[in-house]
Amino acid sequence: MSQHPLLQVKNLHASVEGREILTGVDLTVNTGEVHAIMGPNGSGKSTLAQVLAGHPAYAVTAGQVLYEGNDLLAMAPEVRAREGVFLAFQYPVAIRGITNAYFLRSAVNAIRKHRGAEELGPVEFMDALEEKLKVIGWDSSYLTRPVNEGFSGGEKKRNEILQLAVLDPKLAILDETDSGLDIDALKTVAKTVDKLRRPDNATVLVTHYYRILTHIEPDVVHVLAGGKIVKSGGKELALELEEKGYDWLREEAVVT
Amino acid sequence: MSSGIEAQVLQPYKYGFVTDIESETVPPGLSEDVIRLISQKKGEPPWMLEWRLRAYRNWLKMPEPHWANVQYEPIDYQAISYYAAPKQRPKLDSLEQVDPKLLETFEKLGIPIEERKRLAGVAVDAVFDSVSVATTFREELKKHGVIFCAISEAIREYPELVQQYLGSVVPYNDNFFAALNSAVFTDGSFVYVPKGVRCPMELSTYFRINAESTGQFERTLIVADEGSYVSYLEGCSAPVRDENQLHAAVVELVALDRATIKYSTIQNWYPGDEEGRGGIYNFVTKRGACRGRGSKISWTQVETGSAITWKYPGCILQGDDSIGEFYSVAVTNHRQQADTGTKMIHMGKNTRSTIVSKGISAGRGQNTYRGLVKILKGAQQARNYSQCDSMLIGDRCGAHTFPYIDVRNSTATMEHEASTSKIGEDQIFYAKQRGLSAEDAVSMIVNGFCKEVFKELPMEFAVEAQRLLGISLEGSVG
Repeated sequence: MSQHPLLQVKNLHASVEGREILTGVDLTVNTGEVHAIMGPNGSGKSTLAQVLAGHPAYAVTAGQVLYEGNDLLAMAPEVRAREGVFLAFQYPVAIRGITNAYFLRSAVNAIRKHRGAEELGPVEFMDALEEKLKVIGWDSSYLTRPVNEGFSGGEKKRNEILQLAVLDPKLAILDETDSGLDIDALKTVAKTVDKLRRPDNATVLVTHYYRILTHIEPDVVHVLAGGKIVKSGGKELALELEEKGYDWLREEAVVT
Repeated sequence: MSSGIEAQVLQPYKYGFVTDIESETVPPGLSEDVIRLISQKKGEPPWMLEWRLRAYRNWLKMPEPHWANVQYEPIDYQAISYYAAPKQRPKLDSLEQVDPKLLETFEKLGIPIEERKRLAGVAVDAVFDSVSVATTFREELKKHGVIFCAISEAIREYPELVQQYLGSVVPYNDNFFAALNSAVFTDGSFVYVPKGVRCPMELSTYFRINAESTGQFERTLIVADEGSYVSYLEGCSAPVRDENQLHAAVVELVALDRATIKYSTIQNWYPGDEEGRGGIYNFVTKRGACRGRGSKISWTQVETGSAITWKYPGCILQGDDSIGEFYSVAVTNHRQQADTGTKMIHMGKNTRSTIVSKGISAGRGQNTYRGLVKILKGAQQARNYSQCDSMLIGDRCGAHTFPYIDVRNSTATMEHEASTSKIGEDQIFYAKQRGLSAEDAVSMIVNGFCKEVFKELPMEFAVEAQRLLGISLEGSVG
């Protein structure tokens, strides 16, 4: 299958409460690719993820985002989701009284309905779910618990990955899914994400750390600093960042 | 964002139609003559009239109470008509004799009063304005010795039972509105479940106010004899009208040794419009007495309607080891006001009570939980668990909690938990990011919030309750 651009971000500016966070992001993600977006705290990594998903707190002030050639910013958040954009949240929220299984089935069916497919009944859905659970190393007891309620930080992150596996999006954006995970959990999460790689989908990993990239090999690594991408390269760039930190880039950015 | 959420919760009232039916209405005003007239129309024995008059004379001396956290214009009790009945009503022997327009009305409301709808498995008493128009499944219930009929009929047919229990839990001079009800009550349901009988089906009464300028004053009395069990459901609705209408009901429950009464309410009286015009004043006294050892009374209420709701279904735990429960969801939006909660009075040893209250406020709604837990001296080892949760939707509504605790026995165990939350933008966004619409997201969050209460409702009602909250959420509750 030939590669084609899935996501094209052009000169994206975004602000929150009048404060500009993104100052001109350019990014192209092709199908079949994994991109890592790294950068120091406060550089705008999470903002970029939230803006792509359509969080109402962020205002896009300039620029354009194309998803499969269509104007992503013109779509409501739920439409983006149904069209195949998935965000694994850095801080997943809890929904009291609603079981994980019910939430997931509602999501799957909302997406299926959008695509003109039949909605799944509880039994069919459970069958499909069992498989995905095994992948993530969970037993079905997690399905009857309320969404993220009483989950540990690590469990919440795993739950995001379970949702990712079940919803099977075209574009997955993982917002610091690796932070707060112990080594074993990180491995499981990374393996799951790696397994989901296909020529027709793409993943954007927002991360602080190199370690997740030892399990998921990125095609492109970007450094986001001061609200724009200041450097892009292969996976060796991640290694370089691991060794040298981010300060040298700031200096470089000032020089150029 | 919040306006989008509010729009989901603030659904238009769907039951606001008026049935065009000729009715016989007593002119507005209250006097001993009106009470005599009501009593006469009901063909009541003299003791009943005497009781009514005693209540009326007491009521005249009582001031209207104003301690609730609600505001309303003064009620003109002389402007209310105290009796309205659909005309052409001979004694009903079968449903065929019921005016088709009435049947149609209840049909429209989704109330199965035709006996052939056996699948529903619910026996229904339908009260239209001041009279009971149809009670279903009576023959089958009779086989088990269960009496389920209009209270006006019970007064004539089972006077000893009624006389023994009527007013024994809520005396005629209990409070202002209970006294008014005792004087003028027109109909309601009567249930008696004999010793050791488990009532074979859910019993249900559906109340409908139709006539203009009338009040509805129904009275329900349920007696569960030793070792028996009954589950009773009550539903209500009313047409859209600009004026406020008064609904002052009294419900009395009596559970003897080891008997259980489960009483569920879905209250959907007309709530008034967005500006607070019209709507029902729902001023109700509901109380149950656990008279024997191991008696149990469980109240579940879903209060979505009425301009003002003012009620505290309570339990008097007289018998040792008796149990009282109160599960409540109260929703106020637009300019609705609710001051509701419960009273748990522990008298017997090892008595237990559980209170779970969920208040949801939207629009300019004001929602107050008010509850009293009282442990009397003799109530050794009494236990209470209370949980009061409030949810706010938007920033113009209010939630208030007034828990009163009065403990006179040091062996008591009391637990109280309370929380207030706001439907968060983050929660909505999270659900949307998974492909759910804003409506589905809100209904999911609200239903999740109410789940502990909904699961106490009988199946049919749980579904109704969810629908009432403007929600389609099959499967997640149960």
